[in-house]
Amino acid sequence: MIKEKYYISDFCIIRDNRVFKNGEQIYVDTESENLKDFAKGIYKFMELKYPKFHKMDELCKLGFLASEVLLKDVENLREDTALVLSNKASSLDTDRKHQISIQDKNNFYPSPAVFVYTLPNIILGEISIKNKMKSENAFFVTETFDAGFITKYSKVLMHTGKASNVICGWVDLDNDKYDVFLAFLSKKGKKELTKEELNKLYRSNSYG
Amino acid sequence: MAELREELKEKLIEQLSLEDVEASEIGDDDPLFGDGLGLDSIDALELIVLLEKDYGIKLKDPKEGKAIFESISVMADYISKHRTK
Amino acid sequence: MKKVYLVSDNIISPLGFSTEENIQKLRANQTGIKEVNDPTIWSEPFYGAVIDNDKLVKAWKKISNDPGYTKLEKMMLLSVSKLIADNPSLDITNSGIIISTTKGNINDLKKDSDEKAYLSSISKTIHHFFKTKHAPVVLSNACISGGLALAIGKRMIQSEVRDDVVVIGGDLLSEFTLSGFFSFQAVSSAPCKPFCKHRTGISLGEAAACTWLSSNKNNVQGEVISITGDASANDANHISGPSRTGEGLFISIQKALKEADLDRNQVDYITAHGTATPFNDEMEAIAFTRAGMQRTPINSLKGYYGHTLGASALIESIIARHCLINNELFASLGFEELGVSEPINIIIKNDKKKLNRVLKTASGFGGCNVALIIEKM
Repeated sequence: MIKEKYYISDFCIIRDNRVFKNGEQIYVDTESENLKDFAKGIYKFMELKYPKFHKMDELCKLGFLASEVLLKDVENLREDTALVLSNKASSLDTDRKHQISIQDKNNFYPSPAVFVYTLPNIILGEISIKNKMKSENAFFVTETFDAGFITKYSKVLMHTGKASNVICGWVDLDNDKYDVFLAFLSKKGKKELTKEELNKLYRSNSYG
Repeated sequence: MAELREELKEKLIEQLSLEDVEASEIGDDDPLFGDGLGLDSIDALELIVLLEKDYGIKLKDPKEGKAIFESISVMADYISKHRTK
Repeated sequence: MKKVYLVSDNIISPLGFSTEENIQKLRANQTGIKEVNDPTIWSEPFYGAVIDNDKLVKAWKKISNDPGYTKLEKMMLLSVSKLIADNPSLDITNSGIIISTTKGNINDLKKDSDEKAYLSSISKTIHHFFKTKHAPVVLSNACISGGLALAIGKRMIQSEVRDDVVVIGGDLLSEFTLSGFFSFQAVSSAPCKPFCKHRTGISLGEAAACTWLSSNKNNVQGEVISITGDASANDANHISGPSRTGEGLFISIQKALKEADLDRNQVDYITAHGTATPFNDEMEAIAFTRAGMQRTPINSLKGYYGHTLGASALIESIIARHCLINNELFASLGFEELGVSEPINIIIKNDKKKLNRVLKTASGFGGCNVALIIEKM
């Protein structure tokens, strides 16, 4: 078993029209009527200048924005920072769009710009490109956020020397319902990485 | 032709999600790829779909796209000659 | 750290429903790709490798009378059932299970209820069918899923999270993926031709497979084969276009070799990804050359199976294990004339040769890459 201790140094939540960093609300938007506008609002709030953002599907936008919030104050982000994300609905939000484009034989125009997002791990690619991380990536699909598995696998990555840090979490979008939680894990810190602690942080800032 | 060029600029912005770009900023002869608008390989594929969907033009060889999508002017020229809808 | 052994495996593909049948077809250089005339997948005939439904249903009836499973579920359950039947010492209940799939039951998206289109439904199906203690986890990491799942299984065993892991991979040839690859202008109008000058794109395929990874050498019968190195790296370059420098793949290969404590010259054979798209194969050739492995015999099995997405790298790793056991190499089917800029050493004829170590690689959308070193102990 892995005896080394690892730590959660930062975390970010996007939930219920709000954005939280380390438990504190940093952004709220009760005006936007759809997810696209909500995401654009966060993009502006973060003062990002990244044209690729607008091409992403909504799932990627959410994951990408959370990573920007999470990494805002991280200095010297290492190239071998792994990404271990998960969700329930995979890329179904975009899968449905692609399906609609091929449903009608008389209006059959599948779009490459949509199809490319019919894989959940594209988020990992988007975050890697932005941060120049040539690192370990894995995207898991589970029924609910599996803090036990994510904790174990993140520890395994650091324990086996595959990564020096890990960004782990949950980025889910299904029929306009979204839930995003990212945590930055490292070998030093105050909050020890355990299944319970990760779960506790995931559940924080909830109104439900 | 000027009308088609304007139409294409609007379509490009819409279809390729160029949110930070205004139609007036795209010059008729500006290169669309590379240093110009900075379009990439997925955008090129998307433009092939646009040709077919909106103008009824089906490219025989996708490699033709490279020349056709050089600039708004070249695209408009090609479309006006080959459009079926 | 603990050693991780590849104990046993099964492949359900158009080439056969056992690993042995598959090997025989490869040995005879027979392909599973043919002209498919199925309007439920595509309005016009296309080249692909599909599993005959009648044959599958017949095999399925031997293990269950319940018709309430999707084609993919039947393929996966059949594959694991055969693995269990072949290996009385496999305790599936207590094994960790990783399911590798890109699109799962994607055909169910069109149905009134899209419940089965959720990838976790496959996890539930396997969980209930085999009454496993641990809920299977689904890995959906594009075209490297099958290889990455093996790497993850290996790491879980090495870190003593599990003693045994069963990796199950599978994907269907669906209208959903085929239409997408057509929109990418990436589908070949003839059976795919990896690394060949005349290649024009992929052929899609469908298959399921599974393999048993164990920390316990006593489970191994016959030749002892182990995964001794693995790594994955993102290109950090583009979400669909392969890196022009093969960066992520190169890094993966370097790291996997380092972990296995091997020099590049000690690898006897490379079983590449080789999808037969112009850019992918070129990228791979560049990465292998950068790694100093341009003389190492190399093939792609896509000419036999087509691209089976979440199953592909798993199947190719299973075949690699048997190539090590049998000391044989299979011709890279579809290849005629070198069509990449680097002079890599494509296997053009089957060969018998003493083999000790294989490098398996895969690359996929999202810029992901994986490399595995599979070694005779």
